Amino acid sequence: MSDHNIPDGIFYNKEHEWVKIDGDVATVGVSDYAQDLLTDVVFVELPQMGKVVKQFGPACVVESVKSVSDVYAPIGGTVSEVNTALESAPEQVNNDPYGSGWMFKLTGINSSETANLMNAQQYKEFIAKQAH
Amino acid sequence: MPYTSHTEAEVQEMLKTIGVKKIEDLFDAVPPQILQKGHYNLPSGLSEQETRQQVTSTADKNNNPKISFLGGGYYQHFVPAHVRHLAGRSEFYTAYTPYQPEISQGILQSIFEYQSMICRLTAMFATNASMYDGSSASGETCLMAANITRRKKILVARSVHPEYREVMKTYCWAKNLEIEEVAFDVQTGQLDFGDLDGKLSEDVAGLFVQSPNFFGVIEDMPSLSAKTHEKGALSVQIIAEALSLGLLKPPGECEVDITVGDGQSYGLAVSGGGPSFGFMATTEKYMRQLPGRIVGESEDVDGKKAYVLTLQAREQHIRREKASSNICTNQALCALTAVIYLSTLGQNLQKLALINHQNALQMQRQLTEQKNWKRSFSAPFFNEFVVEAKDTQSVLRKLKKVGIAGGFDLGRSYPELEGRLLVCTTELIGQPEVQAYLATV
Amino acid sequence: MQTIFEKSVKGRVGCQLPSSLGSDSELSGLTRGQLDAPEVSEVDIVRHYTALSKRAFGVDDGFYPLGSCTMKYNPKINEDMSAYAPIANFHPWQEAEDSQGSLEILYELQEYMRVVTGLPGISLQPAAGSHGELTGVMLMKAFHEKRKDSKRTKILIPDSAHGTNPATANMCGYECVQVPSDASGCVDLVKMRELCDQETVGMMLTIPNTLGIFDRNILEISKILHGQGALLYMDGANLNAILGMVKPGDMGVDVMHINTHKTFSTPHGGGGPGGGVVACTDELSQFLPVPRIEKSGDAYTLNFDYPHSVGRVRAFYGNFGIMARAYTYILRHGKEGTRRIGEFAVLNANYIRARLQGTYNLPHQGNCMHEVVFNDENQAQYHVSTMDIAKRLLDYGMHAPTIYFPLIVHGAMMIEPTETESKQTIDEFCDIMIKISEEAKTDPEMLQQSPHRTVVRRVDAVKAARNPVIVCNTCCT
Repeated sequence: MSDHNIPDGIFYNKEHEWVKIDGDVATVGVSDYAQDLLTDVVFVELPQMGKVVKQFGPACVVESVKSVSDVYAPIGGTVSEVNTALESAPEQVNNDPYGSGWMFKLTGINSSETANLMNAQQYKEFIAKQAH
Repeated sequence: MPYTSHTEAEVQEMLKTIGVKKIEDLFDAVPPQILQKGHYNLPSGLSEQETRQQVTSTADKNNNPKISFLGGGYYQHFVPAHVRHLAGRSEFYTAYTPYQPEISQGILQSIFEYQSMICRLTAMFATNASMYDGSSASGETCLMAANITRRKKILVARSVHPEYREVMKTYCWAKNLEIEEVAFDVQTGQLDFGDLDGKLSEDVAGLFVQSPNFFGVIEDMPSLSAKTHEKGALSVQIIAEALSLGLLKPPGECEVDITVGDGQSYGLAVSGGGPSFGFMATTEKYMRQLPGRIVGESEDVDGKKAYVLTLQAREQHIRREKASSNICTNQALCALTAVIYLSTLGQNLQKLALINHQNALQMQRQLTEQKNWKRSFSAPFFNEFVVEAKDTQSVLRKLKKVGIAGGFDLGRSYPELEGRLLVCTTELIGQPEVQAYLATV
Repeated sequence: MQTIFEKSVKGRVGCQLPSSLGSDSELSGLTRGQLDAPEVSEVDIVRHYTALSKRAFGVDDGFYPLGSCTMKYNPKINEDMSAYAPIANFHPWQEAEDSQGSLEILYELQEYMRVVTGLPGISLQPAAGSHGELTGVMLMKAFHEKRKDSKRTKILIPDSAHGTNPATANMCGYECVQVPSDASGCVDLVKMRELCDQETVGMMLTIPNTLGIFDRNILEISKILHGQGALLYMDGANLNAILGMVKPGDMGVDVMHINTHKTFSTPHGGGGPGGGVVACTDELSQFLPVPRIEKSGDAYTLNFDYPHSVGRVRAFYGNFGIMARAYTYILRHGKEGTRRIGEFAVLNANYIRARLQGTYNLPHQGNCMHEVVFNDENQAQYHVSTMDIAKRLLDYGMHAPTIYFPLIVHGAMMIEPTETESKQTIDEFCDIMIKISEEAKTDPEMLQQSPHRTVVRRVDAVKAARNPVIVCNTCCT
C-alpha cells in the first residue's frame, strides 16, 4: 500500500498534478506520488507569465538528474504567477509538493473543468492501481 | 588477423561452451540469402611494416608548402612538444566519455579546466565540453537561437567563413529556418550597417557575425549587439581564429549572447581541417539551452571534491525527441590538447596574439610597399589581411614554385573579390620567410 | 586534486615566445584587459596532466565492456600515421592538385566503405556518428522534397533506439512515432504495418538493435517501408557485429551512418573526436554533401557540381586525421581481417552470454550478436541493483557495462566485449561477475556502497545539477 500523502480538498489529474481552487485563482503543483517517481528534482523550467494553457495541455517542464518530464495543466487558464523560489530551490518540489513546491497559478479559469479531475479518494485508488 | 588473440583451440572451446558447432551458427537470425559466405572483394591485409609504407608513400603525394601564408579558418602555430606527448597518453585517448565518474576524474577534471579556460577567454558565463568544429557549432547555434527566440530567421554576415555559411545554410534548411546574408562594406571590410538596418527585423532570431571576420578584419561587436538587441534578436559572434581571444576584447564584454568558434589554433595540427574542436559559450540566462556535455563540480559520498557530467536533462539520451541537438560524441581529446596548450601559454597567450598581429601588420606594410600591391580593406585586422596585386594567379604560381603558399585566393569563395589574396602571418613567419615571399613577387 | 588554476604561481612561465617582426599595432581601443590564465612551468604542466591521465581509464588500462560503444583496441600505428607530417601539416585550403595524397586516402577509404556496406554513395564529411545520422536524415528529407512529397512528416523509431535518433528527427523538423518491440526484442511487425503510411518519411533502425539482436524480419521491414514510399535508415552504431558478414545494402537499407570510432577503431578520446561515414543508395547519392571526392583518370578531384546536394555539413574535409587512422586500420585488416572482426565480436559476446546466463537474468533468449543484455532481476531479492554491480566492477579494475539502456529492459546491463579481447580477459570478467553475484547474497550492503577502491566514490549528481559549478573560480592574476 502506498504511503504517499494525498491531501483532501484539492483535485488531481492522471498525470499526477494537483490543483487547488481559491475563487477564480488555481494553484498547480505535482503530487507527492509524482515527486517520488521523479526522484530528486534539480530544475523547474517555469511557464512564462501570461501563457495561456488548455486543460491537460503542457505547461512547464521539470528535470531530475536522469529524466525530463512535462507538467500538464489540470485546468485551463492564463499563467498569472510562477513560483520563482523554485529557481534556486527546486528541492522544494520533493520536500513540500503541496506547499512551497507549488509551481504556478492560473486565472481566467473555468471551475466546471474540475469535473474532469479526481478527488483525493479517487486519486488514491488510481495510484494504487498504477503501482500494480 | 591483427589485434585479436584467439587460437583455433580457444575458438573451439568457446564454441563448445556456447553450444554451437561453428561461428556462422551464431548468425542464425540473419536471412541466409544475405549472409555472406566468403570474403569480400578487397585486397588482403598488410603487415604493420607494409601498412606504414603504403600510408606514408600515399601521403607523400601531397605537395605541402615549405612556408605557408594560408589561414582562412585553419592556422599553423607553433606547438610545444609536451602538448602532444601529454594529450597522446593512451589513458586519455583510449577512454570513453566519462559516464563512470569514479574512474574518470582525470577526463572530467580536464574538461572542467577546459570549460574554465573557455569562459575566461570569452568572458562568458557558461560553455560546454566542446562541439565538432566551428562550422557545425555555428549550424547548431542557428537552432539554439531559433529555439530561444521562437523566431525562424537567421541573419549571417557575408564576411563569415564561406564554409561555415554553407553549413549554417544546411542546418537551417533541415529545420525549416530562413537564412539571409548581410553584405560587407567594400571599403572597410566590416559588416555593412546600411544593409543590416534593412534586414534586421522583429522576426530575426539571431545575427551571426564573425570577428575577426574571414578577411581578418575586426568587427564592431558592441554596436552590432546593441542593434540586434533592439529587435529582440540574439547577437552571435563567430571566432575562427581562437588565438584572437588572447588579445581582442572578448565577446562577453561586447554584449554578445552566444559565441561560437573553432579552437584549432590551440595546439592542434591543421590536418586537412580536422580534428579540431568547436567551442560554444553563452550567458547565464541561456546556459540550459546549450547543447552537448557539461562537467560540474560536486562531491562524493565521503564529501571529497569530485567532478561529474551535469545538466544532462538537456541531452539527447534523456530528452530524446524534445532535444534540440543530437550531439553526443564531441572532440574531447582536442579540447584536452587545447587546455594543455593554453596552460602552457598562460598569460603569454596575450603576447603571442600580439606577435601575430604585429607580424601581419609588418608583412602587410612590406607587401604593399611593392609596386602594384595594395591593401584592400581599411579596418583593423588581427593576423591576416586582404591585398590585391596585379596578377594574383601568376604571383601564387611563382610562389608555389619556391615552396611558398602565398595566401588564399579569395576569388575561390567570393566572385566579387576576384584577384584578392588573404594572407595570414602567424608567429611561424620570421624575416627570412617574409624576404623569401617579397623576393619572389 | 587541485586544478591547474590553483597551481598557478605569479610570474612563472611555461614557454618562451619568438620575437615579432615589428612593434606597431593598429588595435588601440580594441584589446582586452589582462587574461586570467594560469602561470605554471612546463614541468608543472607535465606532472599535472600525467596525474590526470592516471585518474582516467582507457582501453589500454583494462577490459571495457561498454555496450554499443565498441571499445576495441586502438592500434598505435594509426596514431603514428595521423601524426605523419604530410598528413598533419596538410592545410585544407591547399588546391586539389597539391592534395593528391590526402584525397587518395579519402577515396580509397570510400571504396572500402562501398564494399562493406554494399551501398555506392559515400561521404566522409560528418564529424561523428550523430552528425552522420543528421546528414543521413537530411538525405531522406532532400529525397522526399525533390519528389515534392511534402505530406511526409513522421519518422518511425523503435522503443529500443538510442536517444540520438529521435533528437536527429527533431533537428530535421520531423515528428517521431515510437514503434514498440515484440516479446523477442524485435520490431513489432503488426504495429509497424499500422504505423507506416504515406506520411512516413522513413524508419531509423539500429541493426543489430540495442538488445544485441539481429532483427530476423529485416527484409520484411524494408519491404513494408518501401511499399509506402518510405526509406530505411540504418543506425550503424552496431555495425561491428556484422562487418564482413552482412552488407546493409542487401537488407534494403537506403542510408546509414558508421561510427569510425566504434567499428574502425579510431580512438574515443574520452568523448571524441569521432568520425561519421554516411553510406547510401545510388538513388540518394545525388543528395550527399559536397564536395564529393572522385577520381578522374589518375587524378583525385573535388566535385562540387551536385545541384541537389543537401550542402555542406562541416567545413573542409571533416575529421581528416580520423579518416587517416581508419584508412590505416582497413589496410591492416584487408578482406580476411574484415570478416574476422564480425566473427570474433559475435563469438565473444555469445561466450559471455553462455557463461553468465543463470547467474544474471537474460530477458531475451537466443544467440546474440556483438553484445548481450542482462538485468538485475536475480539480484533484486538482495536489494542489489545494476548500479551496484556496475560500481563494484570498478573496484575489480574493469570498466562497467552500459547500464539502464536500452530503456525497454528494466535495470539493463549491456555488455560488449569486442573482437580484440582474449579468452583469458573475458573469463576473468565472467569470474568477477559471478563473484559479484555471490557478494550480492553475502554482503549486499558492501555492494550498495561500492566502489571502495577508486580515487573518489559515488558522486552526488543531484548536487551538481541543482547548483551547477562548471567553472573554476580561482583567480590567477
